[in-house]
Amino acid sequence: MEKRVFFKGWWLPTLLVAPQLLISFVFFFYPSGQAIWNSLFLPDPFGLKTEFVGLDNFRFLLSDPYYLASFKTTVIFSTAVSVSSMALGLYLAALADRLIKGAGVYQTLLIWPYAIAPAIAGVLWLFMFNGNIGLASYYLKALGYEWNHTLKGDQAMFLVILASSWGRISYNFLFFLAGLQAIPKSIIEAAAIDGASFWKRFGTIVIPLLSPITFFLLVVNIVYAFFDTFGVIHTITSGGPEQSTTILVYKVFSDGFVSQDLGSSAAQSVILLVLVGILTVIQFKYIERKVHY
Amino acid sequence: MVEKKKSGYWLTHLGLILGVLFIFFPVWLTFVASTVTQDAIIYPPLPMLPGTEFFENYANALFRGSPEGYGAKVPVIKMMMNSAIMAIGITVGKIIISLLSAFAFVYFRFPFRNLCFWLIFITLMLPVEVRIVPTYEVVANLNLLNSYTGLIFPLIASATATFLFRQFFMTIPDEMVEAARMDGCSPMRFFFDILVPISKTNIAALFVILFIFGWNQYLWPLLMTTDPDMRTIVMAIDSMIPTGDDYAHWPTVMATAMLAMVPPVIVVISMQKFFVKGLLESDK
Repeated sequence: MEKRVFFKGWWLPTLLVAPQLLISFVFFFYPSGQAIWNSLFLPDPFGLKTEFVGLDNFRFLLSDPYYLASFKTTVIFSTAVSVSSMALGLYLAALADRLIKGAGVYQTLLIWPYAIAPAIAGVLWLFMFNGNIGLASYYLKALGYEWNHTLKGDQAMFLVILASSWGRISYNFLFFLAGLQAIPKSIIEAAAIDGASFWKRFGTIVIPLLSPITFFLLVVNIVYAFFDTFGVIHTITSGGPEQSTTILVYKVFSDGFVSQDLGSSAAQSVILLVLVGILTVIQFKYIERKVHY
Repeated sequence: MVEKKKSGYWLTHLGLILGVLFIFFPVWLTFVASTVTQDAIIYPPLPMLPGTEFFENYANALFRGSPEGYGAKVPVIKMMMNSAIMAIGITVGKIIISLLSAFAFVYFRFPFRNLCFWLIFITLMLPVEVRIVPTYEVVANLNLLNSYTGLIFPLIASATATFLFRQFFMTIPDEMVEAARMDGCSPMRFFFDILVPISKTNIAALFVILFIFGWNQYLWPLLMTTDPDMRTIVMAIDSMIPTGDDYAHWPTVMATAMLAMVPPVIVVISMQKFFVKGLLESDK
């Protein structure tokens, strides 16, 4: 993709890209380079000098049970958040798509949580499930179920998944609704005339036609669960109890800033960097394919 | 639609209404909690209807801040100002630098053009959360901790907006440039008089997305601001809840939570058309 017609000169365009390049260098390339560089060093406990250790930080990380546990936590967490928010988003979008009138109203009523910060969503759900005053924990207690997410790891995990998915439904809803509305009605009608039931049509026509968008959403939601949910975890559990909700990005933060373990934190950053890189390449592969349709 | 069964119609609405209730419920509870006394909250269950302390609680939060927690006593109005400055700074900054660089990439040929393009392309990949420790050091070395510049600039370093504008510029017919050049129009004149005006819808769409992105920043301001007067509302709310929970002044905390949600929600709802466009076309 290139324009055939363009302006002459080289100093003006250089000036035009300069601000973005400058900001990218100062706040992006230099820090990222630092992360890679630091990941090869080990500062002594007093922070007076650092020693080159090669890939030792990585070797140590990959044999550290806490880091491996955090990996597992991240996989469980991001899968649960992506699948549940996509399933609910698709369900609501499929319902809204059935309506001739009123789909717009429901769209307005359903999309605004996108604007709510994950940290605020965390506070709302924390308030509902607070062990002493929360409404949800009060009624759970009345039903004989002891709720205490500050002590029980599985409950803490459930709560952060719930809070993270809740705010994400609107995003998935919007994309699925757009995808559903792009399916030509004539295909559905033809199938209906041939006697295919609603579920038959949904399974054999709608789902396959939605698969590109579903795949795209899966990648985007995983990236969201990896990084943007930091606020939810920080407000609700701070990674606890006993690290049961410490996802990878939270560990970078807590090892780097709370424990000041800079070598390890840098190595974790590099591992995350590689993971995001892979996800981005997958995402772009998909977008490319969409263009070639 | 294909079928018109009455029962199906009502079930569709019922399903959607249940979804809407699930979405609204936590926010409704928050609103209720922001209008009652502390006693009504600490002796559960919380009532389902708003109380009488609306003005009292919001005035307290806005002008006096939370009485408890280590983030106590900073008026929320100050935090909202900080959030607004940060959000608008990020939004305007990103839109300006990416309009300029997208213009350069699409309408010029210059040395190292491809290299520059790839350098910016790579920044797409890495959220600030990943390079958080070294970025913090950079900002600390530049003496930008506790400043608006330090809050805003590291978050402008991302390429999404540049790509969106580039894609849009590619769809503009070449005849526009030809006509402009024939009339002796300078590049910057073309930029300001033609390109920016026809990009209006895209700018509005990005504005909504970036404003929400900026307002909702959490980790970066959390690290950057040690001065209570520089806190943003989204990050400060956590500091109003003391660990141990019992002693948080919940009506103030919940009023603050409402105040943190209102501006971005208003932006989304009032600019819904642009929001939907922006979301479907970019992704962040």
